[in-house]
Amino acid sequence: MLEVRGLTKRFGGLTAVDRASLDVAEGSIVGLIGPNGAGKTTLFATIAGFHRPDEGKVAFMGRDITGARPDRICERGMVRTFQITQPFAKLSVLENIMVGAWLRTADRGEAMTRATDVARRVGLVDRLDMPAGDLTVAGRKRLELARALATAPKLLLLDEVMAGLNPTEISEIVDIIRAIRADGVTILLIEHVMQAVMRLAEQVFVLNDGRMIAEGTPAAIAADPKVVEAYLGHGAAGRMLKDPPHA
Amino acid sequence: MRSRFGLLCAAGLVAALVYPLLFGGPVALLWRSNYAVNTGFLILFVAFIGQSWNIAGGFAGQTSFGHVVFFGTGAYVSTILHVTYGWNPWLAWPLAAAAGALVGWMIAVLSFRAGLKGSYFALITLAFAEVFRILANSVPITRGGLGMLIKADPRPENFQFRDAISFYYLALALCVLSIGIAWWLTRSRFGARLAAIRENEDAAMALGIDVFREKVRVLALSGAMCAAGGTVYAQKYLYIDPVIAFGVDKSVEMLLVSMVGGAGTIFGPLVGAGVLHIVGEVTRDLGNLVPGVKNAQPLALIVYGAILILIVRYLPDGLTSMFVRRGRAPRNG
Repeated sequence: MLEVRGLTKRFGGLTAVDRASLDVAEGSIVGLIGPNGAGKTTLFATIAGFHRPDEGKVAFMGRDITGARPDRICERGMVRTFQITQPFAKLSVLENIMVGAWLRTADRGEAMTRATDVARRVGLVDRLDMPAGDLTVAGRKRLELARALATAPKLLLLDEVMAGLNPTEISEIVDIIRAIRADGVTILLIEHVMQAVMRLAEQVFVLNDGRMIAEGTPAAIAADPKVVEAYLGHGAAGRMLKDPPHA
Repeated sequence: MRSRFGLLCAAGLVAALVYPLLFGGPVALLWRSNYAVNTGFLILFVAFIGQSWNIAGGFAGQTSFGHVVFFGTGAYVSTILHVTYGWNPWLAWPLAAAAGALVGWMIAVLSFRAGLKGSYFALITLAFAEVFRILANSVPITRGGLGMLIKADPRPENFQFRDAISFYYLALALCVLSIGIAWWLTRSRFGARLAAIRENEDAAMALGIDVFREKVRVLALSGAMCAAGGTVYAQKYLYIDPVIAFGVDKSVEMLLVSMVGGAGTIFGPLVGAGVLHIVGEVTRDLGNLVPGVKNAQPLALIVYGAILILIVRYLPDGLTSMFVRRGRAPRNG
């Protein structure tokens, strides 16, 4: 469904994403992990049209979308959320979600029905009239998800929708994401909360210093020395083997 | 709650309809009737052009410091067509509005293609207005600084009226129409997209909104409305010159009535226009009452300015925020 090939994005002398490739199969949940500053959000933004790539190709549903504008990409069925939540602060929760819903209908009643329906799915239905700026962190994360979902996407790019949430809130979001997938939406997610990635994703890609260093099932990734070193520093995997942490 | 508000609107409309009849009819003989009717005209007229600013600046968040560029375009286009080419002003009117839309489209395309936002956009509109003023001052077709005089020929089919009341009703109709457009913006897809763009362009883009296209559209709409106002002004006062048509005063006035009344609200410009006009008149009259002051005008302006500061300080969301907890339309089916 999504094919990224050799994608490179430079900012001046800094290569934020360096020939990264990844695939997302229709109907799957794919995770993208990596240490802070690895370039995950830049990769996301480049895929979704917010940055023009310097090299490489992005194809969505068999069509080349490299360098296309975000709104066009969204219209075709791929939508991203923002790691730093970007609510329309002065609009109500319902109005926020309706902005997404208006993409597929020009009828106010229809947009409202769709938005309310989405709000129900992500658990915001009791806060529809609240100004989005008054939401808690957890609420804002849900709103990001809801707005994106209201555009009726085929592929959802989720950028750290669980960061800053407590364990209860995380497991609620995990359930919501599973339900979204069950409704036929494919999901690519950036996540720092490892436990959540391991529970959700069937396939995981690991980005470090802008390069894709590993891919595989969550179990395989967790055991990959390259991944362990990327997170814990050079030589960490070797030390762990010699001196395993007591379990 | 909602029906009571509707009732209030209906009552306000009836009052606006009856007002000039009261002051223009029997009472007219006893009191300075034209003053009352003209005051009403000015409030409604400024509310109308203020609403044109509000649609771009308040609803879509594209603050302009040079909205007068549309006003002047409308005034000059209809006046040139009428005076120089002998067009009927009624026929010239839609063309003036179209010219305003075209200028709005042009300014938007140039500014937004160049990626100008916020205060940079505001400044570039100011620059455009100044360029237009200088052009109007220099090119022969506008007769430069001499200005253009429209020959007085007060016949309705000539877009001139012998009585002040007709212009009052025209301004009332335009004001009601502009409020209707603003109301539509609170409920339509176009309006929702403008609000999203105002709040956060990146998020709007991510949700499939063609930000550039919508911003160009709203400026064209706003430009058309404001230019239509320009024609009305020219036909009422029968004279325009570059300073009247493109001077910064009107830009400020449009912006001010919207901000004071409540930018991005349906009734903000009307409330702002009413309050500012009345405050302006009252401070001027009070200034004349202060004993021992020969020229009261500076004093009146100081008081006027102080009142403005107080309003902005204590009601930053405008006067209408006193009545509604939130500036936007409540959720209703």
